[in-house]
Amino acid sequence: MFEVPGLGDLNVAATLPVTSLVLGTCILLIVDLFVPTDRKHITAWLAALGIGVLLVLALLALGEITEFGDGEEAFSGMFVADAFTDMINVIALITALLGVMVAYNYLERTGIQRGEYYVLLLFATAGVMFMGAAGDLVVVFVALELLSIPLYILSGFRRPQEASEESALKYFLLGAFASGFLVYGIALIYGATGTTNLHDIWQAAGDIVAGHKSGRFLLLGGAGLALVGLGFKVAAVPFHMWTPDVYQGAPTPVVAYMSVAAKAGGFAAMARVLASGLSNFALDPGEAAVWQDTVWLLAILTMLLGNVVAIVQTDLKRLLAYSSIAHAGYILIAVAAAGTAAVADEAVQSVAIYLMAYALTNVGAFAVIVAVERDDATNTGLDSMRGLANARPWLAAAMALFMFSLTGIPLTAGFVGKWFVFKAALAADLIPAAVVGVVTSLVSAFYYLRIVWLMYFEESEVEVSTPWPLAWAIGVASVGTLLLGMLPYILTDMVREITLAFGG
Amino acid sequence: MENFFDLVPLVVFLPLAGLLINLFAGKQLGETGVSIVAVGASAAAFLVAVLLWIAQVDTGYQAAVIDAPLLGDWISIPSAGVNIPWQFRVDTLSVTMMLVVTGVGSLIHFYAVGYMHGDERFPRFFVYMNLFLVFMLLLVTGNNFLMMFVGWEGVGLCSYLLIGFWFDKPGGEGWKNSDAARKAFIVNRIGDFGLILGMLITFWTFGTLDYYLPDEKPLVAHTETADVEAHQAGQAAGSAGLMGVFNQAETWLEEGDHQVEFGLFSLSFEATLTVITLLFLLGAAGKSAQIPLFVWLPDAMAGPTPVSAFIHAATMVTAGVYMMVRSNVFYHASDVSSFVVTLVGASTAIVAGFIAVGQWDIKRVLAYSTVSQLGFMVAAVGVGAYAAAMFHLVTHAFFKALLFLASGSVIHGMEHGHHHLEHDGEHVHDETFDPQDMRFMGGLRRKMPLTYWTYLSGTLALAGIIPFAGFWSKDEILADALKLGVDEGRLDGYLGFAILLIAAVFTAFYMWRQVSMIFLGGPRHNAADHAEESGTVMIAPLVVLAFFSLVAGMINIPGGFPVLDSLFGEHKFTGWLEHSVTYAHAGQFEGLLATSAVVLALAAIFAARAVYNNRALKDLSHDPLELDERTSGMFALANAKLYWDEFYFKFIIYPFQRAARWLAEQLDWHFWHDFVHENVIYRHFQRVTDFLTQPVDRGIIDRAFIRLAEWTQALAARVRVIQTGYVRTYALSVLLGALLVMVIILFPVIRELLGI
Repeated sequence: MFEVPGLGDLNVAATLPVTSLVLGTCILLIVDLFVPTDRKHITAWLAALGIGVLLVLALLALGEITEFGDGEEAFSGMFVADAFTDMINVIALITALLGVMVAYNYLERTGIQRGEYYVLLLFATAGVMFMGAAGDLVVVFVALELLSIPLYILSGFRRPQEASEESALKYFLLGAFASGFLVYGIALIYGATGTTNLHDIWQAAGDIVAGHKSGRFLLLGGAGLALVGLGFKVAAVPFHMWTPDVYQGAPTPVVAYMSVAAKAGGFAAMARVLASGLSNFALDPGEAAVWQDTVWLLAILTMLLGNVVAIVQTDLKRLLAYSSIAHAGYILIAVAAAGTAAVADEAVQSVAIYLMAYALTNVGAFAVIVAVERDDATNTGLDSMRGLANARPWLAAAMALFMFSLTGIPLTAGFVGKWFVFKAALAADLIPAAVVGVVTSLVSAFYYLRIVWLMYFEESEVEVSTPWPLAWAIGVASVGTLLLGMLPYILTDMVREITLAFGG
Repeated sequence: MENFFDLVPLVVFLPLAGLLINLFAGKQLGETGVSIVAVGASAAAFLVAVLLWIAQVDTGYQAAVIDAPLLGDWISIPSAGVNIPWQFRVDTLSVTMMLVVTGVGSLIHFYAVGYMHGDERFPRFFVYMNLFLVFMLLLVTGNNFLMMFVGWEGVGLCSYLLIGFWFDKPGGEGWKNSDAARKAFIVNRIGDFGLILGMLITFWTFGTLDYYLPDEKPLVAHTETADVEAHQAGQAAGSAGLMGVFNQAETWLEEGDHQVEFGLFSLSFEATLTVITLLFLLGAAGKSAQIPLFVWLPDAMAGPTPVSAFIHAATMVTAGVYMMVRSNVFYHASDVSSFVVTLVGASTAIVAGFIAVGQWDIKRVLAYSTVSQLGFMVAAVGVGAYAAAMFHLVTHAFFKALLFLASGSVIHGMEHGHHHLEHDGEHVHDETFDPQDMRFMGGLRRKMPLTYWTYLSGTLALAGIIPFAGFWSKDEILADALKLGVDEGRLDGYLGFAILLIAAVFTAFYMWRQVSMIFLGGPRHNAADHAEESGTVMIAPLVVLAFFSLVAGMINIPGGFPVLDSLFGEHKFTGWLEHSVTYAHAGQFEGLLATSAVVLALAAIFAARAVYNNRALKDLSHDPLELDERTSGMFALANAKLYWDEFYFKFIIYPFQRAARWLAEQLDWHFWHDFVHENVIYRHFQRVTDFLTQPVDRGIIDRAFIRLAEWTQALAARVRVIQTGYVRTYALSVLLGALLVMVIILFPVIRELLGI
């Protein structure tokens, strides 16, 4: 009656990148115990090395040069290893690598160089990768927690500094609250369909839509609550309020990593749950998915609020927090577009493109803030950018590039991301969302370009420290931003194989 | 043996490799290394050319078209039907040119190693030389006009670079050199304009620029081979539209009545060919220094002597002749063009020959002589003697290269003597001394015996004395011209013959004048007294070239010549060329004509010796011709180069400059700038912008934006207030948000339930 599958049937090899990350991280945790306190750079190096190796593996898998395991399913359908998984793996690992590089000297000079930092960062990365590979709602939830809990801890990593502790607690309380919504949603979905497997949910939803099966309300409620839980993770309005406080309080390298990782994980899970499991859940057969309207309304709210409030911010970290809210709005448009079956693939691909572009740009921008920040966590105001161009022309040029990319100016990765997102939105007939997207992009130019203005047209004394790992992180991020912007086909080639819709 | 044809890209790539090595490693390699690389590259290319020659003979003179590596289709626009492939052509004509270019080129490279020894830009010189080889070989091996044009422009560039090689010589010399380089380049540009225009019309007419497509046999439309022609015309008709330009031309000429549409008007095909060939002639006049564009070549002697020998005597300047011979199908079809070509060639021959008599500079005499001999070749094309033109090109390459190299040896010797004097301090530095001025020479026969004997060999060849090479080729041109006149009653035949015969007399005269001035008599300057023979590196090529100047004529002994025809075979060279030059035909030996030509040349030599006798040679501050009342006027005219340059200055360059100045001042500055720009455009524009700025932009648009920004800021400030920092507020917001989401997502269902 109840069969225990053999180890051979689990297709463990397909999960190689993420399982080896988890195993490696556990080993690193133990190894770290034997690393003396004053030589924690060994831990950092080991972490970076591991990430590097896995990044190569992930790129090989993405480029279809090697295949791990056979078939796309592992662990009886709980784990999916398809092109989307590979892409999320690449994004997560690049972010993690940049995160380690950005953090390394910052931790040293602020006196919080502890081995746990890297271990936690790696666990969070594993969480992102599991979210991208989730084939089951249970995996989604566990992965979400695996991502969130390390982030809560990391936010408070700068204890006993009050701001850091406060942000960790806020993040934790609200995150737990939001997780509750997600669990409740999962429960409702289970109640409606009798399964937590996304493929089975998809079949059951098809039956419900066709009228063969009851449970429409339950499923609707479940979808809505899951959306709330995941919306919190990606900082969508109105679940965004934690973002500025946490970003401001948490150590800057953590924010650099978290702003991208949480977003990538959240959207990966959202894509898996909505665009895959509930993709065919419409009120009437053949219509767009029932959650589409909700998502694009949230998208509009998010874009408007994020961009408008960002204008009055005087702290760079808060400004980028609102900016990250705004960008969540743009990605939400693409998620909404995935509700139209005909453009589902294109929309999900644009989500991946946007995440990749955002990862490079945003980590880069925060890395510049890390460079100007003082040891006592001050000097993160807009004033810190004043006159940067004179003192450090290359650093200022990189920052300007990141700002252009965030604004979405052509020849930067950010433009490519926005282009594909808006294209998907138009293809799905989400005209209002696309219009608001374009208009708010224009608004965003105001606060992004103000930073460029401050750097280039104002004068001030600046004190900047860019040790080589940080400089390299900024360099890699800016080269990537520029390269992807000038050669968009690199991105489109990467995501070409992605499709989340279940066949038939 | 066909496989050998695949080697043809090497003939270009080997010099290319050589130049790249010297370009990037020249400084490190040192003089020896650079010399080995440059001479080696040239010699290796020569070896390839020889292999191609053997392959040609072995395959029964099959023409082959070889796709070049790397460039593939080169220019290909499928939608417009444009396809110009990068293909090499191996046939007897191109192999002939390859052999001459690489053979003479290798010798001159070798010579230059000695001549350029110690120059601070030694590596650069050989980079340029190899680059020239690359382009020249591209020019002769291409299978279409455009490839030829690439080479054509490339050799022009190299010529420019090498003429001005010593652009930084002190005392105004450098300026003269770079002026000469510019002059050559600009004058050539006029010719290039004609060539490219001709090419464009060719392309318009035929839709292709390929000489022959691969696997396409030249259609032979000789009257004497009418049946072959009919057979092949039938063949070609089957694949109409897929022909190279020459076969297409033959087919259309055969059909007759073909019209070429030029949009607004149309021309008969024959008239089109006349236009094309006249434009090609303009191109040839530039590159091959014909009237009216020959003025650059004498000045080009400012370059180092190996360059003069190689580029401005043996190879590049013959490109025009090669191009016309390559296009012999076109020229054959147009009587008008042929007439003009004959006239241009013959008058160039005699004008340049005349000017040469009045020159003092050893290299200038040779330069005018080159112009004159090129005139012979062009005239030969005009009278339809394509084989004779090529034959003269080959022999001329040998003896003119020889003469230039020998003159370089003389100059070297003179400079050596001059340095010797300075070293000994016997003489205060002599400002007026010029190692190239023949007035300072004299009696070098005893100082430089090898140079003398080789120079003599070149002189006799150039003068056309039997059995030297020049005799055979010049005689064939004369015979062909006369034959055209007698057999077909064509005026250009008679005219060409008469003018060229007189030019030949001039040739013998000025050459013997030169030999007398340089080598005979006694030294007229202490430098000449102390001159020394040049080193082996420079003498060895002279000996080789002297040998060829003596025997090269044997490759084309005219039919019916006693003894030699059975020894070497009758017109071998013509027979060889006939496989690629459709209208090449063998000349018949005219005993009387040959005898009289030789007698005339000998008479001219004796006359020269009589004028420039030992007594006259003692003091040459004035030329004997200058002293004689009967000839003084003529000499002055020749010495002043017929005022040709002055004529151009007075009637073309100065008026042009005046017109340019007028246009610049009146039209451009006063009218266009002051009136149109300042008054009309700028003022009005200012008025419009003033209006747009003040009321429109500042008043309406700006205010709207400022208002918008104020609202946004106010809104943002409001929203910000919600951000209290209390977790309870945030949690409430999440809760309310969740409610909002639930309401929105359930809205359709609720509406359904309530029945709204």
